[in-house]
Amino acid sequence: MKASPEGVLTGVHFMDGDHAACEGALAAGCRFVAGYPITPSTEVVERFAARIPTVGGMFIQMEDELASSIAILGGAWGGKKVMTVTSGPGLSLMMEHIGLAVITEVPCVIVDVQRGGPSTGLPTLPAQADMMQVKWGSHGDYEIIALAPSSPQECFDLMIKAFNLAETWRCPVFFMMDEVVGHMVERVEIPPADQIEVVERRWSTKPPSEYRAYEPGPDLVPDMVKAGDGYHVHITGLTHDERGYPALNPAAQDRLVRRLSDKILKNADKMVDVREDGCDDADIIVVSYGITSRVADAAVDMARAAGLKVGSARLVVCWPFPDEVIRGYASRAKAIVVPEINLGQMVREVRRVVSCLPVYGVDHAGGSVHEPERILDVIKQAASDVGLAGGNGGRS
Amino acid sequence: MNVKDIMVSEASGGAEETRQAPIENPVLKYMRRDRMPHIWCPGCGIGTAVNCFTRALDSSGLDMDKVAIVSGIGCTGRVAGYMDLDSFHTTHGRAIPFATGLHLSNPDLKVIVFSGDGDLFAIGGNHFLHAARRNMDMLVICINNYTYGMTGGQVAPTTPLKSTQSTMPFGNFEEPMNLPFIADAAGATYVARWTVFHVRQVVRAIKEGFEHKGFSFIEIMSPCPTLYLRRNKLGDGVDQVRWFKEHSVLKNGADTKDVALRAQDPISVGKFVERDAPTWLDSRNAQLASVLGARFVTTGGSDGHN
Repeated sequence: MKASPEGVLTGVHFMDGDHAACEGALAAGCRFVAGYPITPSTEVVERFAARIPTVGGMFIQMEDELASSIAILGGAWGGKKVMTVTSGPGLSLMMEHIGLAVITEVPCVIVDVQRGGPSTGLPTLPAQADMMQVKWGSHGDYEIIALAPSSPQECFDLMIKAFNLAETWRCPVFFMMDEVVGHMVERVEIPPADQIEVVERRWSTKPPSEYRAYEPGPDLVPDMVKAGDGYHVHITGLTHDERGYPALNPAAQDRLVRRLSDKILKNADKMVDVREDGCDDADIIVVSYGITSRVADAAVDMARAAGLKVGSARLVVCWPFPDEVIRGYASRAKAIVVPEINLGQMVREVRRVVSCLPVYGVDHAGGSVHEPERILDVIKQAASDVGLAGGNGGRS
Repeated sequence: MNVKDIMVSEASGGAEETRQAPIENPVLKYMRRDRMPHIWCPGCGIGTAVNCFTRALDSSGLDMDKVAIVSGIGCTGRVAGYMDLDSFHTTHGRAIPFATGLHLSNPDLKVIVFSGDGDLFAIGGNHFLHAARRNMDMLVICINNYTYGMTGGQVAPTTPLKSTQSTMPFGNFEEPMNLPFIADAAGATYVARWTVFHVRQVVRAIKEGFEHKGFSFIEIMSPCPTLYLRRNKLGDGVDQVRWFKEHSVLKNGADTKDVALRAQDPISVGKFVERDAPTWLDSRNAQLASVLGARFVTTGGSDGHN
């Protein structure tokens, strides 16, 4: 269906990524946000607090991130599309409710405007070092979805996609911004509401007598209801059966936990979004995401100017990891370069799926984006190592 | 003679020959019968409190489709799962912020938090303070059994001084919390304490909690025979209820700073606080309407599709 016009600020704007993310959430139909202030994410909730009273919806600043991250789950069961917003230290506090959202299958968007860590780290400076935390930070086995915008325009566009994925797959969706994308001011074009596709909640059409809260459909996702409609649902963070009742035995655990993972992994082809440039005949492919993609593009341009055949693959959806896409590069390219603002996180995933060609990380401890030349140097080193002309040393 | 026979017998004045069809327990319809038996120990008071809750529901006139119950984790945390209502068993200590989200997302719901003393006041203490401060429109029922029952009897923020608990093996030396005082100080607008001996008073208090607009708090003292009483050689559940009966002192309107619990001292019970104050939602709507005028869009209640 189309976006509801009252939340859509149609027009051409000059705004930062935090504000654009807020506008994306409003356009996607988000009507409940609970948050707690934390640099560099606070502008998202500040704008939501200012905008929502005239759109129709609810904002509350909670007492901490533990509270914010579960207030949105209550908000979702009340029937609203929901979001919370934070940065690293707050994300750490939210981990228990990521697990609760996974096991109770609550559609929600969690924005993480990444900053340098660990701990208080670099509050006002960028990093991309929470990529593994969102995937593995809560206890137990689970799968989530994560997107990484690289510009204010994408903060708007991909936020709508994030909500649509959350509602489709009934799981937490992480919106992995960083301080630079959050505070960078650029042109943001917001289309008319009737040009924005939004996914509604998967409301059950069954009467209460036939409804079972965790009976999955063919895509492994159950339909949802909300409190107050006469369904008298029981929702628990305990392992549960299809009625939603606690079922504390290995068979029920196996059935539930496998389905929760399978609904993401077996449907990953419907979520994966890798934006490629010149990858078909490239010798070297630079795999990047978020703000680092824009720096990587500069390095790719320089490498091409130096005569190398270099492609760029940008992970718009980082989780589920695009195994098949990356594995496809192994049959065509000779090396993969993975720049990221951490000491080597997503590069592990690339190495996991690509075993037959060299993978070069370009790490960075955080606090700024890469210098393009650093990425270029690694591209040249890779070219040299695999015997391409134009690499360092120019063998062959 | 089974229980139903006794009920029939009493209903018919004891004349066995006029035995009628079995009478259904009038509050069983508020329970998820397919989840029985429950997990609580013999002599535990939580079941009595739940019975009081169902009787309050029964006489409340509330639409059961519009009542939602939220629990945290622990023995009392299991209450939500046994109620045939929209029921949410959340994470440890976080029932109140979940309930806040549920209430603000759908203000048509009557939201009740039913949880234990450790859940609400140790791990969840900060959330309690802020929901009370905001006068968030919800009823919080706290079972205080002096201990962490589910995990095996560890010291709680409510454990009396000198009592032995598995993590206070030589006697508790931490001052326990005075829950009504904290609720009152934080801004709760209805505060009461009863024990599971006081079943009629508990039913009445819960009904008042349903009707009260704002943050209502009811502390219900309850025996934990397995992990508190036995360890402290205080008898069984019946002994504790008898003790509640003999040592409770009615102090309606008492200054909450004077109602602290001391080991084996009299328990002050009653309705300590009842005052009018705007709820968070009313304050919010009034403020936004006064500043934004006609531009303010009040949030629809049950329609989640806007």
